[in-house]
Amino acid sequence: MPEFLLYALAGGMGVALIAGPLGCFVVWRRMAYFGDTLAHSALMGISLGLLLNINLNLAIALICIIIAMTLFLLQRQQALATDTLLGILAHSSLSIGLVMVSLSGNLQVDLNAYLFGDLLAITAADLWMIWLVVLLASALLWACWRPLLTMSIHEELARVEGVRVDLYRAVLMLLFSCVIAVAMKIVGVLLITALMIIPAATARRLSATPEAMAINASAVGMLSVSLGLALSWYADTPAGPSVVLCSFALFIASGVKALAKT
Amino acid sequence: MGDLLIQLEHASITLNQQSIVTDVSLSLNAGEIVTVIGPNGAGKTTLVRAILGLQRLTSGQIKRKPGLKVGYMPQKLHIDNTFPLTVARFLGLGGAKTGQIEQALAQSGVSHLLQSQIQAISGGELQRVLLARAVLRAPDILILDEPAQGVDLTGQTELYQRIRSLRDTLGCAVLMVSHDLHLVMASTDRVVCLNRHVCCSGLPEQVSHDPAYIALFGQAASQLAVYHHHHNHAHTIEGTIVETPPQAPLHTHGPHCHHAPAAPLHVTENTRNA
Repeated sequence: MPEFLLYALAGGMGVALIAGPLGCFVVWRRMAYFGDTLAHSALMGISLGLLLNINLNLAIALICIIIAMTLFLLQRQQALATDTLLGILAHSSLSIGLVMVSLSGNLQVDLNAYLFGDLLAITAADLWMIWLVVLLASALLWACWRPLLTMSIHEELARVEGVRVDLYRAVLMLLFSCVIAVAMKIVGVLLITALMIIPAATARRLSATPEAMAINASAVGMLSVSLGLALSWYADTPAGPSVVLCSFALFIASGVKALAKT
Repeated sequence: MGDLLIQLEHASITLNQQSIVTDVSLSLNAGEIVTVIGPNGAGKTTLVRAILGLQRLTSGQIKRKPGLKVGYMPQKLHIDNTFPLTVARFLGLGGAKTGQIEQALAQSGVSHLLQSQIQAISGGELQRVLLARAVLRAPDILILDEPAQGVDLTGQTELYQRIRSLRDTLGCAVLMVSHDLHLVMASTDRVVCLNRHVCCSGLPEQVSHDPAYIALFGQAASQLAVYHHHHNHAHTIEGTIVETPPQAPLHTHGPHCHHAPAAPLHVTENTRNA
């Protein structure tokens, strides 16, 4: 197996590992559109990173955190519904990113790579970065698992029982932002949420406890990455969409299995 | 009464420029069952949310005993179908051990639900599970928002009896919100009648004869409210009937109550704005 394929596999596995449990929170807390918004704003992070010549992962994570905080503040005012706010933030930040890229005319930017991922261009440095973030994020998730779960089941009950809901919401936002920053290279801005939602939705049908769902989601995600890369290698298809397509196939298969049971 | 657990002083809450409750003062003591009654839109749930710390006061203040442990049973609990969650796990997340969970479910008469998925159980069963979760925290005060909603009449009587016996076994205070007048009135120590402000409060017997209560709920309510206490006579030790004159209500009035026969009728700024 060529080295770049090995890198792609190792990077994809790392992202799928953490995207599984995080995806469960996206599904449980109905945050799909929120994930999309953060992912869209990642493009603004990229253009900012290129303009200011700072690390792209860092720039993306920072912009994601800023967008998440903006949303949090706007939500508290309760003037507009959350999905409207998300729509405004998602498309505005995406447009800002695209306009900034075009204004800085001399920058050589391959937009396709950022929108749909460039899995096969992963370097050893990228790999280190991905696994560092994945391990840190997993540790944080492990440490906060119980309050995060309690708060996702019923936020007010959790608050009354002494869970610091605002703190753990912030933790969740931080986790999303970091994971989106490293996952962007794997599947691209437009497909990141797919890697979180589809394996989690598949795992729901196979699991009886929240923990099992989180682990199964990781496993399904990793399987999707492997199958997707194989597809990309043999059929010469773009890597990101191939991974998402494979996770979709697994979702359909789990649905057939669930139907067969009833 | 025992220690003061929660004290609300001149609390007012305004949401979207609309005054929800005005100048409510209320104290909750250890071991006491207090029921807040009032018509729809009276601000009962908002008041309870403020007491729980889920709703900020616009003015006034709230004092809680330091380290106060609250067991809360929300009015409704919707758990998303995407959550694979058994009843046992749901109770465990509150911090209880397996043995305690089994015991609590047995006490609520729903032992068979231990391994059921929480979305699959009925409304009445969920109500019991929620009460079990609140109780498992060994609270100083149980706060129940419409605990009997969606429970049939027999179930309701049982539920209120259970709440009363929980108070006796746990020694906790209970704050309930309700509009099931007669059952609640029979099993409570103190009633607070709320209609955006405290109309009247006191013992159930007193409140049910209060003109403000009757104005709010109608004449029939005072008949049905405290079925074990609406005599107009007393018995001597030998059983002879003795006529007793109707007593003047002994309850306290909220500052904006204009119903008391003695109080002069005047319109304040507050009522005009409401």
